[in-house]
Amino acid sequence: MLRRRVIPCLDVANGRVVKGTRFVDLVDEGDPPELAERYAREGADEIVYLDISAAPEGRGTLLDIVERTARRAFIPLTVGGGVRSVEDMRDVLRAGADKVGLNTRAVEDPELVRRCAARFGSQAVVVAIDARRVTPTVTIPSGFEVVVKGGREPAGLDAVAWALRVVDLGAGELLVTSIDRDGTKTGFDTQQLRAISDIVPVPVIASGGAAGPDDFIAAVRDGGADAVLAASIFHRREWSIAAVKAAMAAAGLPVRAVPGAWEAA
Amino acid sequence: MGDPSGARVPVTVVDYGAGNLVSIEQALVAAGADVRRAADASQIGDPALLVVPGVGASAPAMDRLRAGGFVPAILDWIAADRPFLGICLGLQLLFERSDEDGAQTLGVLRGRTVRLEDAPTLPHIGWNQVERVREHPAFNGIAPDADFYFVHSYAGAPVDRDVVLAETQHGARFTAAVARGSLLGVQFHPERSGDDGLRLVANVVRLAGAA
Repeated sequence: MLRRRVIPCLDVANGRVVKGTRFVDLVDEGDPPELAERYAREGADEIVYLDISAAPEGRGTLLDIVERTARRAFIPLTVGGGVRSVEDMRDVLRAGADKVGLNTRAVEDPELVRRCAARFGSQAVVVAIDARRVTPTVTIPSGFEVVVKGGREPAGLDAVAWALRVVDLGAGELLVTSIDRDGTKTGFDTQQLRAISDIVPVPVIASGGAAGPDDFIAAVRDGGADAVLAASIFHRREWSIAAVKAAMAAAGLPVRAVPGAWEAA
Repeated sequence: MGDPSGARVPVTVVDYGAGNLVSIEQALVAAGADVRRAADASQIGDPALLVVPGVGASAPAMDRLRAGGFVPAILDWIAADRPFLGICLGLQLLFERSDEDGAQTLGVLRGRTVRLEDAPTLPHIGWNQVERVREHPAFNGIAPDADFYFVHSYAGAPVDRDVVLAETQHGARFTAAVARGSLLGVQFHPERSGDDGLRLVANVVRLAGAA
């Protein structure tokens, strides 16, 4: 049976893992490949790097850390942030990533999703949808609106309609973040997740708001998510990946055993 | 891992522009291989193992294999029963044709590449159980239903059932691994499947080195 995935997300700026709130007050947290390898050992099912480098000079550095990661962590790697063209995507994949995430750029140029999928296959194209709750209107009938530029700017698009559109254009997976919940530790927006997961055939990754294992369970059970992503609860070691997976397994959800766990059991 | 004598096993990876080669190369190196990347058939050399990786659609992949002169080289290699590993698209291309885009493929194995049936999600992305239907030394030391990482919407459907080595369920059951003589094909990505994936790659390299 297909396992529900647990995915740590590392924010990367200028070649280092950073943490901060909403892209401000960034604190250096270490070397990305080293942390990725540690998470792989601890049972992460995939790794996501979100490149938040402000300057374009960060690109070469990013490709270098992708390559160093591919040499050390033998689990899938997705790179989001900074991919603006088919050529950017080619470079990131050739460096050793398996998928790229497109977010603001996909809203600005939806055909980019189609071009990337045609060239590299849908399985390599993850579209990240950041959304917030609004009062339903004619343009936003679901009451979930797409926001761009790190959550700062409303895109005027309905998140559910946008999800269908990008899947039609060739997205193979959706990373759905609740901007209302992101960084708040109040749990995932399971209604928003459900509105999207019910309507698209592709896997949905839940993001934004994880405080503990119960939130992961709710994202899958109530939100219909195939995978659950979190950052700070893992980086700050509030919860281990093993503890989250143990809770999911106890709740009856299929998860991949943490490496070494079944030998030791 | 690798040969205790320290001799590295020569392995050639076919580079036909199908994305990430770093991961498979690194998994092979970790398994004790001396890895060479062939951008056309003249660069294949005389390895102990030939690896065809790849993700994506069949038609552009076949075009690129033809452009690199790889098609006759791969057919001769397999006809001589030399050690071969096909991964994901590299397995699908061994069948006669693909329903994905109608492409005629290598025809080394009888059958077509078909869309996954009754799948709850497509693409099938993530870790799933690979259930062996018979034993094979490539899976030595790996649990009979171990999890491996998949990312695909189509899979080869062999006509000859005795080539089937393992199956996986996502909706309906599909063929996750085939073996015939020195040929091994896997629909999952051992180079992205953690310790068990590395174990499988190491087994394949060791078998090729001993052949």
